[in-house]
Amino acid sequence: MDFYSFLIQLLNGLQYGLLLFLVASGLTLIFGIMGIINLAHGSFYMVGAYMAFSLSVLTGNLFVAIVLGIVLSVALGVVLEWVLFSHLYKRDHLEQVLLTYGLILVFEELRSLIVGNDVHGVAVPAIFNWSIPLTETLSYPVYRLFMSAVCVLLAVALYLLIAKTRLGMMIRAGSSNREMVQSLGLNINLVYRLVFALGVALAAFAGMLAAPVSSVYPGMGTGVLIICFVVVVIGGIGSVWGALVAALLIGLADTFGKVLIPEAAGVTVYLVMAAVLLWRPEGLFRRV
Amino acid sequence: MTTSRQQPPSRRARMNALAAVAAALVAMAGLTLPIDSALAQQQKVKIGLMLPYTGTYAALGNAITNAFKLAIEENGGKLGGRDVEYFVVDDESDPAKAPDNANKLIKRDQVDVLVGTVHSGVALAMAKIARDTNTLLIIPNAGADEITGPLCAANIFRTSFSNSQLGIAMGKVMAEQKKKTAVTITWKYAAGEESIGGFKESFEAGGGKVVKELYLPFPQVEFQPLLTEIAGLKPDVVYAFFAGGGAVKFVKDYAAAGLNKTIPLVGPGFLTDGTLEAQGDSAQGLLTTLHYGDGLNNPKNNAFRAAYIKAYKTEPDVYAVGGYDAAQLLIVGMNAVKGDTSKRAELVKAMAAAKIDSPRGSLALNVGHNPIHDIYLRKVEGKENKVVGVAVKNLTDPPKGCKL
Repeated sequence: MDFYSFLIQLLNGLQYGLLLFLVASGLTLIFGIMGIINLAHGSFYMVGAYMAFSLSVLTGNLFVAIVLGIVLSVALGVVLEWVLFSHLYKRDHLEQVLLTYGLILVFEELRSLIVGNDVHGVAVPAIFNWSIPLTETLSYPVYRLFMSAVCVLLAVALYLLIAKTRLGMMIRAGSSNREMVQSLGLNINLVYRLVFALGVALAAFAGMLAAPVSSVYPGMGTGVLIICFVVVVIGGIGSVWGALVAALLIGLADTFGKVLIPEAAGVTVYLVMAAVLLWRPEGLFRRV
Repeated sequence: MTTSRQQPPSRRARMNALAAVAAALVAMAGLTLPIDSALAQQQKVKIGLMLPYTGTYAALGNAITNAFKLAIEENGGKLGGRDVEYFVVDDESDPAKAPDNANKLIKRDQVDVLVGTVHSGVALAMAKIARDTNTLLIIPNAGADEITGPLCAANIFRTSFSNSQLGIAMGKVMAEQKKKTAVTITWKYAAGEESIGGFKESFEAGGGKVVKELYLPFPQVEFQPLLTEIAGLKPDVVYAFFAGGGAVKFVKDYAAAGLNKTIPLVGPGFLTDGTLEAQGDSAQGLLTTLHYGDGLNNPKNNAFRAAYIKAYKTEPDVYAVGGYDAAQLLIVGMNAVKGDTSKRAELVKAMAAAKIDSPRGSLALNVGHNPIHDIYLRKVEGKENKVVGVAVKNLTDPPKGCKL
């Protein structure tokens, strides 16, 4: 592969990695800070994508749809946490898996009943609907660059939230020792509810942002779920910084794997995961 | 255990009495149920539909089911004079669950005919089980070559297509258009490999060369790295096999990368069937090969489309045609044996020899029970796959490895 193609593939890998980070960030928050294994994470991604589709059809504008969608998904997160997840904190991981697996099935059926089973496309907003020519045959879609920029901004915002704000301090304290925080007089239940809502909103936002590029179809959640868990496990559970590094690593591994060793392309990602875990069983970074 | 003359019958005694009564009842039942073909005639024909009703192929499963039932309705709701009963199983397009799902219909529900499915991996499992249990199987979509090749059997039929057929047709057209080099891209699974194989065979026979075959694991949809490779290779044409959500994404990504301006994209009909709404502008002008298309003006097709729209308020597609013809094939067979499913040899003989008036045109079956039909060349214009010509007339692919 010549140098120019290598650069383009590098760009492809980084862009894919940033998208993975966006999708996985919600999972690592919920898993790391609240200790809940949320298998329904892929379903929230799908809910976001379908919301982008139906709301943009309704309002005619993807950005308006995304804003509305974020509001709706925060509301959904709050309700789900209050009704279901708040009972899970003291329970076994297996029970969390069972509940969230059940949620996957429920969401799939609801989606089938409400929106149907067809494949849908979401139009790229007009300002981003053009491509930058890179070579005489290949152009790079500007929307993907926009997505990458959003992902980077989000990574910075999340880091600042968790490391530099009072709320972030409460979240970190609550994940270390829930009872102590409660006895110090802080409303840990509200904090957990906010974190969960944030996690759901992040997943849905990822679905909404990626909808023009990935299109909207049944089963899109499950495809993304496994790779999210790989990212979270490699990055270190609860570490946003780790999720970013891991996502970029996976993005690059997957991209170059597909091109250089296509026969093993399906397992490249898992080989990377195995290698990292052998070196550092807890993942690359401790929780932030 | 305590024993006492005054106690009520012990538990063991009660169990023995119950067993004796049960045995007597079973014996009586055995004597009074005549296993008589005349009685069986009155019973309903049990059709087992094993199709995807959830997941990425759900729309296809529904289309096939709707069209199958429509054909039966048009036949008076009967098969060979007998009423029809449907048993439905969602196969979730999961090959791992296929044996269990098929056995639910064959062993638990005791269906007379098994109809399905869409995913080739699942269909292969169904074909193996149909051979083992000698169940009549009609495949309305899955195109795995093997099923009418090495796995062919007297009781297995297909009314859709074989994967390589559509590739063979496009390869011939591309060679005729004087394209010299091609790159193929698809998922690494049976359907993809067979489609590419068919294309490569006829393209290279016509003087072209496939310079690279690109694969990615099923069902991954991150195409960017491979699109970059295609741009670097600069072939005369790209032949792609994807279906469903993957097809939408690939066509959109191909256009977003600007490749469609310099390198034409072609493929079997699934690249653009049922996906044009989602693909929008990115699919305009794409050439595909399929045994069906929009604007096919024959009386049967016009009647079929009108009836389907009236019944289901939506347009039928190629998947619906496969389901419709599966029912038509079964009707031909059942009429020949007057509904007596026990006359298996005559039933399958009639089905194998059937000449069906299909919405696609004329449909007959080859030795392996795979369709012999015209393959059309279609071009995307607006929201339709307009038929612009016939790629290959009466294409019958050799049933490699079939011992029938």
